[in-house]
Amino acid sequence: MTAVAGHGASVRIEACGKTFTDGTRALEPATLDIARGETLVLLGPSGCGKTTMLRIIAGLELPDAGGRVLFDGNDMTSVPIERRNVGMVFQSYALFPNMSVADNIGYGLKIRGMAQKARAARVAELIALTNITGLENRRIDQLSGGQRQRVALARAVAIRPGILLLDEPLTALDAALRDRLRGELNRLLRALGITAIYVTHDQSEAMELGDRIVVMQKGAIAQIGTPREVYFKPGNRFVAEFIGAANIIEAPVENGHLMLPGGRQPIGGGASLTATVAMIRPETIHVVEPASAPLSGTIDSVSFIGDRQRMIVSGVSDKFITIDAPNTVRAQAGERIGLSIAPDAVRLLPPEN
Amino acid sequence: MRDRLIFTGQLLFTLIVAAFLVVPVILSISAGVTVNYFRGISSGVTLQWVFQVWDLYAGTILLSFVIAFAALIVTLAVGVPAAYALYVRGGRLSRIVEEIITLPLAIPGLAIALALLFTYQGFGSFRRSWLFILTGHVIFTMPFMVRSVMAVFSTVDIKTLDEGAASLGASPWRRFRDVIVPNAVPGILAGSLMVVTLSLGEFNLTWMLHTPLTKTLPIGLADAYASMRLEVASAYTLIFFVMIIPLLVAMQMFADKEQGR
Repeated sequence: MTAVAGHGASVRIEACGKTFTDGTRALEPATLDIARGETLVLLGPSGCGKTTMLRIIAGLELPDAGGRVLFDGNDMTSVPIERRNVGMVFQSYALFPNMSVADNIGYGLKIRGMAQKARAARVAELIALTNITGLENRRIDQLSGGQRQRVALARAVAIRPGILLLDEPLTALDAALRDRLRGELNRLLRALGITAIYVTHDQSEAMELGDRIVVMQKGAIAQIGTPREVYFKPGNRFVAEFIGAANIIEAPVENGHLMLPGGRQPIGGGASLTATVAMIRPETIHVVEPASAPLSGTIDSVSFIGDRQRMIVSGVSDKFITIDAPNTVRAQAGERIGLSIAPDAVRLLPPEN
Repeated sequence: MRDRLIFTGQLLFTLIVAAFLVVPVILSISAGVTVNYFRGISSGVTLQWVFQVWDLYAGTILLSFVIAFAALIVTLAVGVPAAYALYVRGGRLSRIVEEIITLPLAIPGLAIALALLFTYQGFGSFRRSWLFILTGHVIFTMPFMVRSVMAVFSTVDIKTLDEGAASLGASPWRRFRDVIVPNAVPGILAGSLMVVTLSLGEFNLTWMLHTPLTKTLPIGLADAYASMRLEVASAYTLIFFVMIIPLLVAMQMFADKEQGR
């Protein structure tokens, strides 16, 4: 396998499941294709199998019999991680405490037998790229969390890997730093044009970084799609609720309308249905004059968030619904409110089995 | 007033405990430099017994150190990689192997010695050489090395460091050399001191395994007590102390430094 700088390898995993020796099934057999240069995010709650899938791709876990891992079409299933030419950023960073920052970044190059001078040049390049100039000779325990994250990234990228694997790289950081580094990481991944597989439980990280998102639930793939697809067209209730805020409404259907306590809501298609489970995003619900509104309810609470205000409304459905209204709308708890929802903002979910 | 009483009481208690531990040592050592123990220290102070012991037992003392450092080399060469393999591999088999390695801690030294004698009675030249004692010492000290190295592994999360080095292309041997050993140094040092100290002081097992020509320090000590003047045996104790106390102090300093980290 040869990896040209700036071009990643393509990845295919075939029927890769994982059962641990104690009998627990961490991953149901899954098949997945990742294109060259793509950033794929594995998203899900803890214990959903996302890290196991990443570790199988990395070569840190063997898939159950029958599973195969292919890089650029070559079977890598039994190749150990040290010969897969992958770069990996660990959640705990796994930086070597016995080496300086520069030695950490240069370690993979040293292993590859790169001459001292070329190595120093490459290390300097990465130190500049990840904005950690001046820290070259620091010990690892003298670095802040954000600096460690940058060193870990620089070290993984230094070897020009075919595939970059990131296991919750931002989880250990505080919120403000996480947001800033997320932006930097995004620009870096785009600039490198590398194939990246990114594991996270944070849906906003997944949205911002992913070309495609694989939503995982209980060891199985729940949905694969672009951030827009999984947000607007969730395949099931789990995906709808895991990604962003969602109103899940169970209601009977008559002549292409949801029959709700607060009024009739037209839906796009589904005319033959008699009942359905529908998802409506809070920001797609518009506040209108109560007198002429197709739906109406009573405001239960209003929280001003700044860029918008979040209202909890009763009486529209049999449960409370959540609305994200512009911050200019004047509303108080206890008032009647009129609502309007475009038919195509109502997403019908498949029935639960 | 009350506080003073409590303080005085505690001080007294501490001094009594310390005296309980230290007085026999002082008596023994002083006997080693007394001209005639039965007439007491008034008979004069001398180093003649010490020199006599040295003349008689220099070979034994030397052999003791040879065995201690040979045991150290073997436990390092085998114990550190074993600890690495056991820790990184994990799983039930590793637990079982770890238990087997630890077993000699619970089994009396005499039983281990008997087992060795049964096993190797047919190998006469091995049985007669100091390597036979070394075998016993390695079995006895190995768990201390493996345990202290594994303890450090869990504090520095060596498994993730190992995976990190592997992801950068390092072979198992490179990982062991560049990452595992440098980060396990505190455990390796603590284990080494323990192995050397235990080997120097080991009696049970060694007593069963030794021959007249392969004696170690503690065996020589027993020999001296059994067959010579009390002053000679005491002088022997003095030499033993001089040899072993620096090691114990180093071990203690090292433990303090580790706690300060």
